[in-house]
Amino acid sequence: METRTYTADVVIVGGGTAGTMAAIKAKQADPSLSVLVLDKADIRRSGAISMGMDGLNNAVIPGKASPEEYTWEITESNDGIVDQQAVFRQASECYEIVKELDSWGVDFEKDASGDYEVYRVHRKGRYVLPMPKASDLKLILAKQVKRMRCKVVNRVMATRLLTEGNKTAGVIGLDVRNGDMIVVRAKAVILTAGAAGRMGLTDSGYLYSTYENPTNSGEGFAMAYHAGVELTGIECYQINPTMKDYNGPACAYVAGPFGGYTANSKGERVTGCDYWSGELIMNMWKMANKGEWPLYLKLTHLDDESISRIEAILHNNERPSRDRFHAGRGKNYRTDMVELHFSEVGLCSGHSSAGVLVDREAQTSMEGLYAAGDMASVPHQYLLGALTFGKIAGTNAAVYAAGVSMPEADPGQIEAERERIYKPLDNPNGVPHQQVETKIRRIVTQYLMPPKTVVKMELALEKIEHFRNVDLKLLGARDPHELGRAMEVHSIVDCAEMMAKASLFRKESRWGFYHYFLDYPKRDDANWLKRVVLRRGEDGEMQLYTRELPPYIITRNPADNEEETNHVQSVV
Amino acid sequence: MSNLSSKLIGQPVEASVIIDRDKCIGCDICVQVCPMGILALDQDGKAYMKYDECWYCTPCQTDCPVDAVTVNIPYLVR
Repeated sequence: METRTYTADVVIVGGGTAGTMAAIKAKQADPSLSVLVLDKADIRRSGAISMGMDGLNNAVIPGKASPEEYTWEITESNDGIVDQQAVFRQASECYEIVKELDSWGVDFEKDASGDYEVYRVHRKGRYVLPMPKASDLKLILAKQVKRMRCKVVNRVMATRLLTEGNKTAGVIGLDVRNGDMIVVRAKAVILTAGAAGRMGLTDSGYLYSTYENPTNSGEGFAMAYHAGVELTGIECYQINPTMKDYNGPACAYVAGPFGGYTANSKGERVTGCDYWSGELIMNMWKMANKGEWPLYLKLTHLDDESISRIEAILHNNERPSRDRFHAGRGKNYRTDMVELHFSEVGLCSGHSSAGVLVDREAQTSMEGLYAAGDMASVPHQYLLGALTFGKIAGTNAAVYAAGVSMPEADPGQIEAERERIYKPLDNPNGVPHQQVETKIRRIVTQYLMPPKTVVKMELALEKIEHFRNVDLKLLGARDPHELGRAMEVHSIVDCAEMMAKASLFRKESRWGFYHYFLDYPKRDDANWLKRVVLRRGEDGEMQLYTRELPPYIITRNPADNEEETNHVQSVV
Repeated sequence: MSNLSSKLIGQPVEASVIIDRDKCIGCDICVQVCPMGILALDQDGKAYMKYDECWYCTPCQTDCPVDAVTVNIPYLVR
């Protein structure tokens, strides 16, 4: 095992949707720059979407919806805790992304006159643009990365940021195939490492049947935290409605436009709106606790042609093994309702709002460090937000990198990380990563899941501290692959601690079930219509504080007659 | 019947990823694209599931040029 060193003007951590777009746009902004993408998998099939996606959930298509409407919709869906300027920017610039994807060969649903077809799933507006054959979306993005002559190093898991005070200096990582230590000196770093999707245990009992692609294990959150970068909304968990055990999305978004819906055991419709929010999950949780459970995805009332069209989308894009799951259980949409359940808990701004704090320029609290996608704090951004903010991050990182000199890598930081990374290899007969991971995820499920209480959160923190002192030291690994999995357990522990502390700090309830805090059961806008921000202080302790929201630019529902769209001048 | 990836590497018969050894040409594409990094080539240059950590996402099956890969739902999820 050797140490491999790279230098790049811009390095991108994670070549998923946001990361590939960031690379393409950084190079496009300044072709003279060297742009490097690190991915712990392979950028052709990595990130959250791996096998593609069946639609864009938040496309603001001119003539069909407006950025003002969308911004208001997300402000309401996220209970007011939003940077409207960032959401508005996503809404305003996403149409260009849709057209660009179209020009690259991504297949979108269009009407007879060639206009994009959009459907309503949110509470009010129509933003869902189907991509019936987009199982090759990642392949298309990877091809563009190659065409732009960005350098890609696959199977490298970044583990820490290199820093120079509050300035980025590069990235440290591990090659999970051959065990090499990776040191990247870089002028600008873009974190696009995805969600923390391996937090709670799954209902099936299988560690890797998570809602999120299990490669999304929270390294981005952990790397930002250890570098002293600000994170926010960590108390706003992600919990999604899923197909029980299979854990793919419940897919009312796909089935809804065809007439499918969420039903109770009698087949009666139970949700007015299937848009995913903490409120929807709260309603589901209450029903479960009243014994009105389970819920089902109901398609049995639809004609065969509609069901075939739904199957063609669901079984060929995002989760192509869904058909064999149903077949294995002897279920068919034509005759059977399909049982739903909640996903395990996690952190993901794509569906809720936890992430590294970024502004509308994708800028984090650290100079030279940008973040986008499921680990950046722009709420409910989904796939199209990852693409739009990937573009913003890539463009801005290129401009920044062109104006600064190459920083030195601090040998002290490298040696400290070398010691941490390789420790499990000294313990080949130690406890296997699967068992250690099960134990920390058990703590997450049993103590961090809502309804939250002070007692449960404090117990969680006590157990997490014990876990760091005892369990993490027992963790063993026999090869570079297992070492990578072992390092993922470290990320899970860091995220769990952030979840407990951020939850304890916000002394109110908000976001429906996501932050349902029994000691403070009411929403308290007078004191808490603001962000909870956390970071690692110089002393190594976690600091938590509040921060006022950036000024709203839209203060009334644009659909109201007395609408007042206030584009304030003081936009920062 | 056992599911041998090679003479030496035994594979669970109900593994999530099953490789048809007669079809596999050892091109390594499935090994490369697997997000979880769980596939490898054995001593005969044939692919097999080395680590039991499959997310049943199917790039290995879809991207295989000779249709040698079948992805099954892991036992606990079935």
